[in-house]
Parts: sequence; structure tokens; C-alpha cells
Amino acid sequence: MTRISLKVDGASCSDDVEPRMLLVHYLRERLGKTGTVIGCDTSNCGACTVHLDGKSVKSCNVLAVQADGHEVTTIEGLAQDGELHPVQKAFHDCHALQCGFCTPGMIMQSVDLLNENANPSEEEIRLGLEGNLCRCTGYHNIVKAVQAAASEGAGASA
Amino acid sequence: MTVTEDRPARREIGNARKRKEDQRLITGRTKWTDNIQLTGMLHLAMVRSPFAHAKITHIDTSEAKAATNVVTVITGADVAEEQGGLPTAWAITTDQKTPVHPSIAVDRVAFAGEIVAVVVARSAAEARDAAELVDVDYEELPAVLDLKEAATDSALTHPDLGTNKSAFWQFDSANAGTGSAVDEAIAEARESGVVIEREYRQQRLIPAFMEPRSFVADPTGEQLTLWSSTQIPHIVRFFLAVVLGIPESKIRVIAPDVGGGFGGKLQFTPEEIITVLAARRTGKPCKYTETRSESLMSGHHGRDQWQKLTLAAKSDGTVTGLKVDLMADLGAYAGVVGGGVPILGAFMFNAIYKFPAYQFNCTNYYTNKTWVDAYRGAGRPEATFAIERMMTELADELGVDQLEIREKNWIKHEEFPFTSVCGLEYDSGNYEEATAKAKEMFGYDELLAEQRRRRESKDPVQLGIGVSTFTEMCGLAPSRVLGSLNYGAGGWEHAAVRMLPTGKVEVVTGVSPHGQGHETAWSQIIADRLGVPFEDVEVLHGDTQISHKGMDTYGSRSLVVGGEAVVKAADKVIEKARPIAAHLLEASVDDLEFKEGRFGVKGTDKGMGIAEVALASFTAHNLPDGVEPGLDSDATFDPSTFSFPHGTHLCAVEIDTETGGVKMRKYVAVDDVGNIVNPLIVAGQVHGGLVQGIAQALWEEAVYDDAGTLVSASFVDYLVPTAADTISFDTDHTTSPATSNSLGTKGVGEAGAIASTPAVVNAVVDALRPFGVKDVRMPCTPERIWKAIHDRGAGGDEPTENAAMPHFDEADVADRTDGASA
Amino acid sequence: MIPAQFEYVAPTTVEEALTALAEGGEDAKVLAGGQSLLPVLRMRLNVPSVVVDLGRIDSLRGVRDDGDAIVVGAMTTHSDVFHDPLVREHAAVLTEAIEQLADPQVRHRGTFGGALAHADPAGDLGAPVLALGATFTIAGQGGTRTVEADDFFEDLFTTAVQEGELLTEIRIPKYTGWGGHYEKFVRVAHQWPIVAVAAAVKVDGGTITEARVGLTNMGSTPLRARSVEQALAGQPATDEAVRAAAASAAEGTNPPSDLNGDADYRRHLATVLTRRAVLAAAGA
Repeated sequence: MTRISLKVDGASCSDDVEPRMLLVHYLRERLGKTGTVIGCDTSNCGACTVHLDGKSVKSCNVLAVQADGHEVTTIEGLAQDGELHPVQKAFHDCHALQCGFCTPGMIMQSVDLLNENANPSEEEIRLGLEGNLCRCTGYHNIVKAVQAAASEGAGASA
Repeated sequence: MTVTEDRPARREIGNARKRKEDQRLITGRTKWTDNIQLTGMLHLAMVRSPFAHAKITHIDTSEAKAATNVVTVITGADVAEEQGGLPTAWAITTDQKTPVHPSIAVDRVAFAGEIVAVVVARSAAEARDAAELVDVDYEELPAVLDLKEAATDSALTHPDLGTNKSAFWQFDSANAGTGSAVDEAIAEARESGVVIEREYRQQRLIPAFMEPRSFVADPTGEQLTLWSSTQIPHIVRFFLAVVLGIPESKIRVIAPDVGGGFGGKLQFTPEEIITVLAARRTGKPCKYTETRSESLMSGHHGRDQWQKLTLAAKSDGTVTGLKVDLMADLGAYAGVVGGGVPILGAFMFNAIYKFPAYQFNCTNYYTNKTWVDAYRGAGRPEATFAIERMMTELADELGVDQLEIREKNWIKHEEFPFTSVCGLEYDSGNYEEATAKAKEMFGYDELLAEQRRRRESKDPVQLGIGVSTFTEMCGLAPSRVLGSLNYGAGGWEHAAVRMLPTGKVEVVTGVSPHGQGHETAWSQIIADRLGVPFEDVEVLHGDTQISHKGMDTYGSRSLVVGGEAVVKAADKVIEKARPIAAHLLEASVDDLEFKEGRFGVKGTDKGMGIAEVALASFTAHNLPDGVEPGLDSDATFDPSTFSFPHGTHLCAVEIDTETGGVKMRKYVAVDDVGNIVNPLIVAGQVHGGLVQGIAQALWEEAVYDDAGTLVSASFVDYLVPTAADTISFDTDHTTSPATSNSLGTKGVGEAGAIASTPAVVNAVVDALRPFGVKDVRMPCTPERIWKAIHDRGAGGDEPTENAAMPHFDEADVADRTDGASA
Repeated sequence: MIPAQFEYVAPTTVEEALTALAEGGEDAKVLAGGQSLLPVLRMRLNVPSVVVDLGRIDSLRGVRDDGDAIVVGAMTTHSDVFHDPLVREHAAVLTEAIEQLADPQVRHRGTFGGALAHADPAGDLGAPVLALGATFTIAGQGGTRTVEADDFFEDLFTTAVQEGELLTEIRIPKYTGWGGHYEKFVRVAHQWPIVAVAAAVKVDGGTITEARVGLTNMGSTPLRARSVEQALAGQPATDEAVRAAAASAAEGTNPPSDLNGDADYRRHLATVLTRRAVLAAAGA
């Protein structure tokens, strides 16, 4: 067991974990952050995307021990003071989700994308989401949602 | 009397309501099965066969049993008496051969990935650790891997059956009295017309829903509870009772939030039985969540057919007959729909056309590969692909436009209702209107002109234009028809509407959504029907203790069957409320009219809202004599016919002739799904369906190697497209209301997936026509396209190389070196 | 899936890391960014007893200017290399390759040295680094040594880094003023390249004076297309001339056959992609 201390969605936590524990398992099983989900074993699907020190990572591809001393933001920490993040709101407004399983990862990656490029073209949005698979929406409305969030200034505010 | 003022000002049906479901999904407050943790819960890990076909000669579980925190290890022999066999609901003929399908293999495995032992431990990690310690000895048996070889019976998938053939099924229009004899039509066309003969391959696909399957069984309490990421909780409950001999009343099945299905969760699975067995044996709640590789390897696959087609036409392009000979690969076992999947396409090869003669023949075979069952469209994408490819080939043969040949043969809008050569009555449609709209949106003539320019200038980038004018039969299904096809259940749907004393309305539905947005759409239907605010409607589903009967969600049935049940239940509520309202308003029942949620006394301004009646009915202080308290009502709807959505899809692709790379340029879909309850949801269903259909055309394929191992067993090699591989679509619709349900709706869930595959392949082939190419096998990979252009490898018709890149598996190095020298 | 049990060590200096590796012996595995290693561990294709995490060794991160070369610390993330102005200015082809490497999340975690040491022949960094003639610094218990790019990639997943050693930095000569392009061919965006070509080209008055071309996934290691390089030197940066030079791109290669294409198809792709990469790098 290894002791880790980190900040998750603004709250400090400290736990003894097996080194083999993946960050996503730590978030889900220890902290009950079940908003972050697991969709594959090869880090292709991006469903588990969270922010580590403000940058998007696939939490199935990070060991919990590697996050020691760092700060994690999950989909559950995105809304501030009960206000949805503009990207969350845009996903709702544009019907950018159906079953919703990819949605937390897709939203977290979209936020990251807008953080890096507040005004992306459609092609930049599509390339920026290449690490996230969705099986329901055909991506059409996801792209629209990111465009809508960008025009609301999501990149600047995030 | 404030209810009337609170009533929504506009109709909800047709309104692009944002979804009720979204709030929990965008904030991460969803309830997936894998989120469930119960006190003392145990975790399962599966030991799966690496061999496609082998005898199990010995299993040593002692080391695994001794491992840390392992509670038990279960083998097939341990539960041989108890586990029963997994059922199929659809033996397509009374003499269908159906192998016994044990949840845990007992003495023989029939595909790589079949479960041979189950470790139950206190944590998922420890279960996995111990699973590595289970020692299984196998004696390999000859494996049947190729569908055409399976037909020769040179090796047997299940030696006990004596053959690989499961069943043969035929529809012949002459025998059925719905048309003439196809062989005569073909003979005549050979003499004086045109005969087009082709063989197409429907590659094996994987549904690849995003949420891996997960099951939690809780044996504590009076009822056994199973949470399952399933499309079919009601069917699972029925089968659990039948297979395990548990009284149905002692089983509760819950499908909480379910992350996609596409037919892939329309299954009663070994893993469900095993989780229940483990919970029963240990007395503890048990959970099993599959990994993605397990999901791809052992969750059922889709399609996998060879299609031989013979189309007869007059030299003016009028089609006189179509003959279809299918071989379908069921994999190792017949699943819930199983052998019935190709039969769902049997009546759709004639599509929107007026063919006088038609014959459909299908033979199903078993092979030592993962079982095959429903995948989005189930049978109908195969049929649509075949006929839409054939119509384009006919156009090419005759040198006429792809759309022109279709128009010559399709049913004109004034000819509806039209009885097809299969005897199905198409209620409504307007192919002319949808096609005209699509052509205009697409810029059909301009793109044709550009294609001519590129061909003339020998541009290395060629343009192809593909067409698909499809229809499908969905809304499964009239029970009587299912009965005539030997299907094991009916196709009705159930709903209940419960009026709560606070004015809120609970709608209980027997369908089981997993992304479709039923909570929103059903709320819209009820808001209109009962005149209550959209927000006041709560839709309950997916729990057999709440929604006690239903036939679940698949086959684009939820709205057209389940939605209609909701309408009927709501109407019953109104009828129950009417005498109470009359009594309270001191008016005659005949003088009341119900409009926008309010019972009004004709000719007066007297009236009361339905919520007030609900409260009065709840208190029951002042009801008419002999009237029971309560307005709650149930209804069951059994459709009289199928639903026949249609549409015209046009696709333009650019092909880089130097690499064979395909780039989609434009895609227009004009669908007619009858009246639309929620245009946002409908558009979303179309977009998603399009990408799945396009993915079959261009990217996806489940490939096995010569040993029967699934090569495309992760998302590294099973190529689900990303946002970067797809484009934004131009979608619109025409409206020909269905006459078979009161809302006038038609199914939309499968339309995009059914229509798009042939549109894309037609476009690819169209781009390659100058090179003499007449077909490219799916998926149309750059390699196949390049080879087709350069006339290598039989024009892009070679099977896919069955080796993967070894990115992770460093042990694969030797294989790769072999591949390089081959 | 969940990896098998392992011990975890997170040293803060290279020396500590080398000690931990020595103690771990052949069952020790180095964890850099983990973007290839963690899937391997999760699928239990490799079951190390000790994992040595280099993530806490600050000295291995960053890009620095070293006169006629730039030096990239092995633990610098792809994303940091991509954004680095020195790399952009002096090794443009690298920036181009990294932009197309994997996906944004992987680029945030994955490291330059980790990817090179993993030596997947379909990895995107091998070809440009080879083409640019980089030098690899490898630390061992006996001190550090350097290995030239031509000698670094030995086979599939095999490099000159021996058991107990660590790749610490990669020194890349400056190609200031050279054009660079990475032409990658995939079927879907999140795939490893079926074939890719890295080209760095120096153009003077419309003439290619010097060219360096690397091939991805055309054999068990990244390869240098030397015959193309030689054929290009002194040629005009025109489609015709470059096409002729690129025709020999597949010479001496031994590409794999797999789901995405057979060896013949890959050989053909190499010539097309080489032409496109060189022309793009030349700004033609």
C-alpha cells in the first residue's frame, strides 16, 4: 500500500492504495466519483477523461499513485456554485448526448480543447475530440455543442 | 381553478424539447450498473477459452481457490445440473437445429472467449489475480471458422448436431400467392432483358455499445434482484425464471441507466446467469463487469452473411424479379433473436419497389466463433444494402441515372396503401418528395458535373455519388405476425398512467430506453394528451417491479408501439375521470368535453382540471355512487402492422486514387418517419445511425485469425470512427403520417444505420467506375480500393489480412515478423 | 482490467532510479508517461515485479538550447515538446509529427523519451528523430553513454537501452530554416499510422540542397530512406523531380502485413507519402 494525498474536485483526500490501482478506480470506488466511467482497456475511448492539474488525461491510463500531490477535476467538479459549466449546458442545449456514457469524458475533453483554443474551427474541434469515442450521436451534435460553447466564451471563462 | 392558466400554451408533440435525461448525464450523476456497491459484495472474474473449439480435459482450481480473498471458483461441472441452457426465442423452423448453450462450458468450448470457470472474490482485482491461476487443460478440436466451409460440413462446430446447418427458410411469392414465379422472370430476362448477378459480403460487426455490460445480483431479501445493463429487463426476467427454475414472481430485474445497446444488449447472456448463480451459491451480492476486450470477444456480434442476388429486368429498366440466396453465420450458438435476424430482412429486399416476383432463401450455419445476433437494423440493413447496390448496378448496366432507375420501379405516392410482393401493406410514403428534397439539398446535378470534370481531367482525386432510397419494416411487431414466424413471444407493449394527488403524473412504460430519450418524448405525449405541464410528468421504466410487464426496446418499436400504449392508457385516465368530473360539476357526462387538460361543461365556463379530478378521486370524499377511487389506468397496444419509414440518402465521397483513401464530402439524409414527437431526438437518432452505417461501409470488421482468435479484440483494431473521421450531416424530413397508430409516427432508431451503408458503398464504387470497378468488399479499406483501381487482388474483394499491429503485446513480435515475410 | 500486483518506486533523481532498477533486475519496468505501459499492465501482457516511476524526476523534463542542438529531456510530455518554440524553430518536422501523435489526452501524459524507448515501429517519433540524426543519452550505473539514432532502434520494442539503463535525453541538431512535414496515413484518426513519412528539407532558391527522410512502420524499426535523400539532393522542389526521387522510398524496407494493409500496399504508400511529405516540407 502507498499513501497518496490529492485534491479531487476541490476536496482534499488521502488514502492508502495499492500501487496497481488506476486513478479511475480510485475515483469511482474510493471516492464514489462514479460520474467518471470506464469504457475500454486500451485508452482509446476517452470515457474516463478527467483533468489532472488542469489538463485532460485518461484516468484509466494513470495510476492513482501517480496523482499523489496533484489536483484532479472530474465531471462532478465542473459545475460551480450550482451553475453548469457552459460546455455542460451546450451539450444539453444541442442534444449532444444520447446514452450519455461517453458524455463525462467528452465534456471534460471539450473543456480542455476550449482551454487550449477558445475559437476552434470545426476541423480543430473534430481533431481535438479524436481521443473520445461516442457510439450514439454520430458526433454531429457534439461538434455543434462545442461550437456553441465556444461562442458563449467557454474557453475564456474556464 | 388555476390549472387552466398553468397549462402549456403550445402543443408538446412536435416541439424540440431538450431532454429531461440530460441533467444527470452531463453532471455525472447517472446510475450505471457498475456504480452499484452493496455491503459484502463479491466480484466475479471469468476464465475464458483461448481456443475456438476444444475439449476441456481437466480444470485445476485449487491454486485459485487458495488465493487471497477468493470465496469460490465455479466450473461448468459444478453447475452442470443447475445452469440449464441459454434459450433462443426464435427457432425459424420447427426442425431448426439448436445446440445446447451452457453458461459455463462443461466439457467442450465452441468459441474463443467462452467461459470455462468463474472466480468469486472479495475484490475485482483479487478475482482477476486468481483467474490467472485457474489451470485448464484443453484438447483442441477442428474448428469451423469460414462460413462457406461450414456449409460443406468438412468439420463440425458441434459434432453432436451432425451438421453445421441450423435451418433453411424460404419465402416465395408464387407459393405465397403474393406474386409470380421468380425463376420464370429470370429466364425471361436472360432471353430478352437484363440479369444482374452479384455476390455481396456482409462482414461481421460488433455492436460496441460504449458501456461495457455489467451485472449485479443480490440474493438477499425475498426477491432476487438482478441489475443488468440490458435492453430487455422483462425478457431477462422471464428467461431467468425459465432457465433457472426460479418462480418469476421471485425475480426482480432492473435496467438502471444503460449506456447504449444497438441490439448488443438485446440478449440473455451467460454472464447474467453466472452472476445469479454465484450470488445464489455464496448468499452474497455479486457483481461482474466485463472489460472491453471481453465485450468485443463474447458479447454477440452482428451481420456476417454472404448474399447471392439475381435481379431480372426488362431492357427498359423495369425490374421483373429478384432472387436472394443468403448464407448467415450464427457463430457458435443461437441467441435470443439468433437465426431470426436474417428473416427480419426477408420481406425487405423488395424495398420500395414494385417487383412482380420475389424469392428469398436463407440458410443459417454455426461456426466456432462468437455468436451473432441483432445489431442495429437486424436483417434490414443487409436487405437494404443488397437491393440498393443492385439497383445501382442495374442503372450502370443500362447506362442510366441511379435515381432514375429507382423512380421507374418505386411505388408512386398515389399508390399507397400498397401491398408489396411479400404481402406487407405499406401504409404511407412519398418517395418522390423525399428524393426531390434530397437532390436539392445535395446539389445533385452540380456534383455530377464536378464528377464529369474530374473524370475528364483524370484528377487523382475522383468523386463518387451514392444513392440509397430505402424503406424498412420496424415497430416490432404485430403479435400475430410474430406467431406466424414461429417467434416465441408477442410484440405488444404496455403502459400505465398514474395520477398522483399532487397533480404529478407517473407514466410507467414497458419499453426500456438506453439513450433514446423516452423520458422526454413520453412526457411530451402525456403533456398533450392530459394537458398537464411537461415538467409534471415522470417516466418510469426498466424495473420489473415498477414496470411489471413489457417487451422492452429494440427494432424501432418504442414510440410506435410503446408510445401508443401510453396514449391509450392516458385516454383511459380521461374516461375514468369523466364521470367524477361530471359529478363534481353537477353536469351530465354527455355535456362534458375534455380539452387541454380540462373538463368543461359545454356552453358554460364551468369546468375543472384533470389534476383537480385526480385529487378528488384520491380523497374519495365525494365520488359518484359505484365509482372506484383512483384514475390510474393500464393499456396494452398490439400493432396491427409494422411501421414503414423511408427516405432518400445521398452521399458524395472523394477518393484519393493514389492511396485509396476515402474522404466523405457531403451526406444528405431526407427521412420520412411520419409525425415527429421531438425533432431534436429524431435528428440525433438519424445522425448516430448514419455513422454506424457509414462505419460498416468504411471501417468496422470483426476479423478472426486462422486459429479462431478474434484479432480485432480491442478498439485499437476494431475501428469505431471518431469525430475526426466523420462529417456534419445535412438532414431533413418529409412527413407521411403512419395510419397504423394514432400519433402517426414511424420508427426512427434504425433508419440511419439501414440507409447509409449502401449509399456510401455506391458512392465508392461510383468514384471507381472509370477504372472498371463494379464492387469493393466492405469495409471499403484504402487497401481494397487501391487494389481495385489497380486490378490487384480481384478488385478489392480479398478478405482482410487477419493479423493486428502488436502495439501492446510485446510477445507478438514473432507473429509480426512472420507476417512481414509472408 | 486491473494490473497484477507490483511494487512501486518513485525516485526523484536519476541515480535513485538507476539504483531501483538495479535492485529490481529483469522484472523491473520503467514507467515514463505510461500511455503504452499501462494498457500492457492492465491487459497483463507484462507482469513486472517493480515499477520505477520517473515522473518525480524534475531534471528529466524540459527542452533546452545547447548551441548547435536542442536537447529534449526524456520525461518532457509530447504536449510540452509540441508547444516548445525551440523545437518549432529548429526541428519543425517533430512539431508536425507530435501534432498527429495519438490524441490530446495521451499527448498530455505521454513522454518523448518514453515513446522512443518503447520503440513501437508504428510510433510517430522514431522516423523524425532518426531522420534528424538525433543522439540519445543513456544513463547506467557505470555512467552515461551516447548512442546515435542509427544505432538506437534495434528491433520491435527493442532499443540500445539495456536492462538497468535509462534514456535521459535526446539531443537533436538544429535544422534552422529547414522545412519539415510529417505525412501520416491512417484509416481512423485514433489509429497508429499504417505508414507515415517524416521529411526535413532544406530549400535554396527552389532547389532542394539537402533532405532527410524517415519512414514509420515500414519494418521492425523506423527507417531512414537514404536513397530518396540522395536522389533529392540538388533537385528542384517540383512535383516531377520529387516524384522520381520518392519512387525508391520502399527500397530495403520490410513492412508488415496486417488488418490495415499488406506489405505491397505499404510499399506503395511509402512512395506516395514520401512525395507528399517532401513537397509539403519544401513548401512546394
